[in-house]
Amino acid sequence: MPSLPPIRPEDEAAAATLRATGEFDAPADVHDPVRAGYFLRLGDDALILGQRLSEWCGHAPSVEVDLSLANLALDLVGQATLLLAEAGDADELAFKRDVLDFRNCWLVEQPNGDFARTMVRQLVFSTWQHLLYQRLTQSSDAALAGIAAKGVKEVAYHRELAADWVVRLGDGTEESRARTQDALDWCWRFVPELFEVDAELERAIALGLAVDPRGYEEEYRGAVAAVLGEAGLPVPADQRAIVGGRRGHHSEHLGHLLAIMQYLPRTYPDAVW
Amino acid sequence: MTSSDWPLWEVFVRAKGGLAHRHVGSVHAPDGELALRHARDTYTRRQEGVSLWVVKSTDIVASDPDQAGELFEPAADKVYRHPTFYDIPDVVKHI
Repeated sequence: MPSLPPIRPEDEAAAATLRATGEFDAPADVHDPVRAGYFLRLGDDALILGQRLSEWCGHAPSVEVDLSLANLALDLVGQATLLLAEAGDADELAFKRDVLDFRNCWLVEQPNGDFARTMVRQLVFSTWQHLLYQRLTQSSDAALAGIAAKGVKEVAYHRELAADWVVRLGDGTEESRARTQDALDWCWRFVPELFEVDAELERAIALGLAVDPRGYEEEYRGAVAAVLGEAGLPVPADQRAIVGGRRGHHSEHLGHLLAIMQYLPRTYPDAVW
Repeated sequence: MTSSDWPLWEVFVRAKGGLAHRHVGSVHAPDGELALRHARDTYTRRQEGVSLWVVKSTDIVASDPDQAGELFEPAADKVYRHPTFYDIPDVVKHI
């Protein structure tokens, strides 16, 4: 990868001007902050996980699994495109925001790790996303209900595929079982964030736009436990929760992901296919 | 584990209702359920089908190419076996 161009004094001056005019603030917060904010959360979850999964392209354990993972990634990037378009200009939001302006949860930005980690992360996320999208089809917001109705079938498949793999890995060899157990212990600390309701989400729920995730937490835990039961894996004990993604506090991994994802449009802003 | 450890499965896709399943290729997979998933992700991602079959390649009994002469050539000169003397109504498709 070529290196980034050097920062010149005139760039610094231009940046200072833009900062003073608020150009560096999250652009979606202009018209309806509650609605835009909720779409950002949903869109960023899909975008970041889609980007993560696409990192497997050409590296998966087999060509068939490579295609499976690429299909998941494409579904999620497709959802992100629709969701972010409701929060503002989807391309601008995806490629020109800095790390603190992203509103995705911690789970989706975690590195792929090994295949077990990727599949456990997918099970933990897709099960949650499926329950959410099922309910969002009833959202008071017609655009969101439509996006959820389209996405819910895709996500149902993601959930089943991930469950199939977690069962086989957990119930496989000694090594696959140990790796899957490790993956589960790693991912489990990010589950409470999925059910966190902050003031911003509360406002979106009050409007009938958003769904209160606490309403399906029990169903979620039951569904994940059922898959783990079939895989012969114990449900991990709850760990100290890591939260903050919805307020722009992220792990170090997100910046690295964005550096790769945003490199081209930021370095060559006029690039076209 | 690599895909070379996995058995091979032949994939059949039904393009739409009323048509027969057609052989489209093969996938490697550890078992039947995952073979279906792999077949779905490999062969139906552009709306190619409405139904899928997978069959373990080793479960297919194939004719011996060395016997092709005795098996198939005797039919070559028996044109009267072809139902070419009927008019097929326009409404009947896919024959």
